Amino acid sequence: MTKKMTPQVHRKSWFRRVRRQPGRALAWGGLVLLLFITLFPFWWMFKEAITHNRNLFGDFGLWPRDPTIVNFKRVLGLATSAEQQAEFPNQLVHLDFIENVINSVVFTAVVALGSVASSSLAAYAFARLNWRGRNVVFGVFLAALMLPPIFGVLPNFILMKQLGWVYTWNGLLAPYFLMSPFAIFFLRQFFLNIPQETEEAARLDGLGRWGVFRRICLPMSRAPVSTLLTIQAVFAWNEYLWPQLITNGSHAQVLTVALSFFVLNTPGVARDWTGFMAATTLTVIPLVLFMLAFGRKLVTNLQLGSAGK
Amino acid sequence: MLRVASSARPTDRFGQAVTVTALVGDKAPPLSVRLQGRPRRAQGDGRAALLFILPALVGLVVFYLVPLVRGLYNSLTDYNILQSPKFIGTQNYQSLLHDDIFWNSLKVTAEYVGINISTQMTGGLLIAVLLDRLTRSIVIRCALVFPWLVPNVAVATISLFMLDRTVGVVNRVLADVHLPGQYFYQSPHEAIATVALVNTWRNVGYTGLLLYAGIQIIPKYLYESARIDGANEWRVFRSITLPLLRPVLALVLTVAVIGSFQIYDTVSVVYGTSPLPQANVLYYYIYTVAFGEGRMGYASAIAVVLFAILGTLTFLELRLLRASRSDLR
Repeated sequence: MTKKMTPQVHRKSWFRRVRRQPGRALAWGGLVLLLFITLFPFWWMFKEAITHNRNLFGDFGLWPRDPTIVNFKRVLGLATSAEQQAEFPNQLVHLDFIENVINSVVFTAVVALGSVASSSLAAYAFARLNWRGRNVVFGVFLAALMLPPIFGVLPNFILMKQLGWVYTWNGLLAPYFLMSPFAIFFLRQFFLNIPQETEEAARLDGLGRWGVFRRICLPMSRAPVSTLLTIQAVFAWNEYLWPQLITNGSHAQVLTVALSFFVLNTPGVARDWTGFMAATTLTVIPLVLFMLAFGRKLVTNLQLGSAGK
Repeated sequence: MLRVASSARPTDRFGQAVTVTALVGDKAPPLSVRLQGRPRRAQGDGRAALLFILPALVGLVVFYLVPLVRGLYNSLTDYNILQSPKFIGTQNYQSLLHDDIFWNSLKVTAEYVGINISTQMTGGLLIAVLLDRLTRSIVIRCALVFPWLVPNVAVATISLFMLDRTVGVVNRVLADVHLPGQYFYQSPHEAIATVALVNTWRNVGYTGLLLYAGIQIIPKYLYESARIDGANEWRVFRSITLPLLRPVLALVLTVAVIGSFQIYDTVSVVYGTSPLPQANVLYYYIYTVAFGEGRMGYASAIAVVLFAILGTLTFLELRLLRASRSDLR
């Protein structure tokens, strides 16, 4: 009985609250509208990805009349030529997004692990060791954060050309692998907060600097290190300018580059929209999973400390 | 590198233990001094530090410092990738003065930054205040920040489709409410505004959450006393939130402006190798000159100008908004 009553009482008070505070209701309306604007494009992308190309004109419902997974098969290179013919006859781009997905996963993992590993070592030296010139060198690292990427891209491309690394994995990975000024900056903050006493106790117990780093600092910073890994992974997954320059059209093409290559090389009059949307969905899905797994952590820790790249 | 460091451990451990014991036995500095992180050992950890920063240092030198020097030098040369650079002094910079495409792309970029930053900061503030006054829901915050996590390339593709003249849903809605159809990306008048607003859509939730985090550190009692004094929402926002948010606002604005100037991905995906002149942003122009025309020296000169603009703007913004001083402290 009481259980039945509660929602009613609640609803009644809700209505009363709204009537008493029209401003608040209006504000909620605004927030809901913002949420709709934010999320609708993703729904629309997915909806078109499961629509037949022939239904593209005129099917403006929220759910396609006759949903299909053929577009995903097409972009992944799994569709029969009959299926391809039926959907989009004049496909000029060879579609094999399975390869690109694998490339993107490898690229993301190597960049995230490599940059976090080397950056955590450097962050330790900046936060916990005393050496001459430390602040100056740290200043130089910080300044690197300010350098617009295009500035480095031009000479780096020449360097890769001289090394013969254009269109190779080496060339793709090299500039990211060794360091990220942002990662050093980010981890240094956390290493600075480890109490001096803890480190001293560990040293008295016979740990060297490497031991302190490996057995004290890293384990105590597990949360920020894993946060950083995920941030770096998202950055790497989204990276476009350098991968495009260095791998466009080659076997090391990552997903973002493959997607833009697909869009730009498909004739302009009647475009393969459903194919585009299926390929785009592939780039978005990992981020949905990321959000489900780490969303709470991300939004509760989001502060300016993690703002820049 | 890791192997080297770990093999050095035994001596390290020994030396360290001795140093610490000696310090404790001799004259340990008072605790308060130590907490401030002042150097306690005269000789320092120089060698170990070098090993620790070595990988990152190599990365810094090879991929940041050397490129910086090379970029500055290349801007003074005539250089297509195939032949070695020929020093020509400031000739590239002189040509820039008479390069109409350069001045146009500078203008277009300024328009882009103006539209993008003004909408993004206003929208971000609105989101921050709405969240602060209405809800602590994690799900809503996750949803609002989600577009920021998605690749620019994906955002460009989705918007290209939704804003298409014939099959786009936006034009369909416009038709339903009897408004004329628009060409958006393909219209000379709307192109750069479209690019700017699409990127605002991507970043506004993120900006909003950063500002929201900034609002959370404003003491609650200020709001309570304002309400007791009978201040309305707008007054509270004007007199408490906005002034006390200023340091955060300044930093967010600085980061946003730097990011905004580097617009490239959207233009590249939407226009390919031939953007409308009205959408030919600076980054894109540098890219075209360097890799389309192969004029590395000239492209480097434009990049130096961009770098100088960004440096100046950052400096000015932080000064004007007096970011380092907060009214709270």
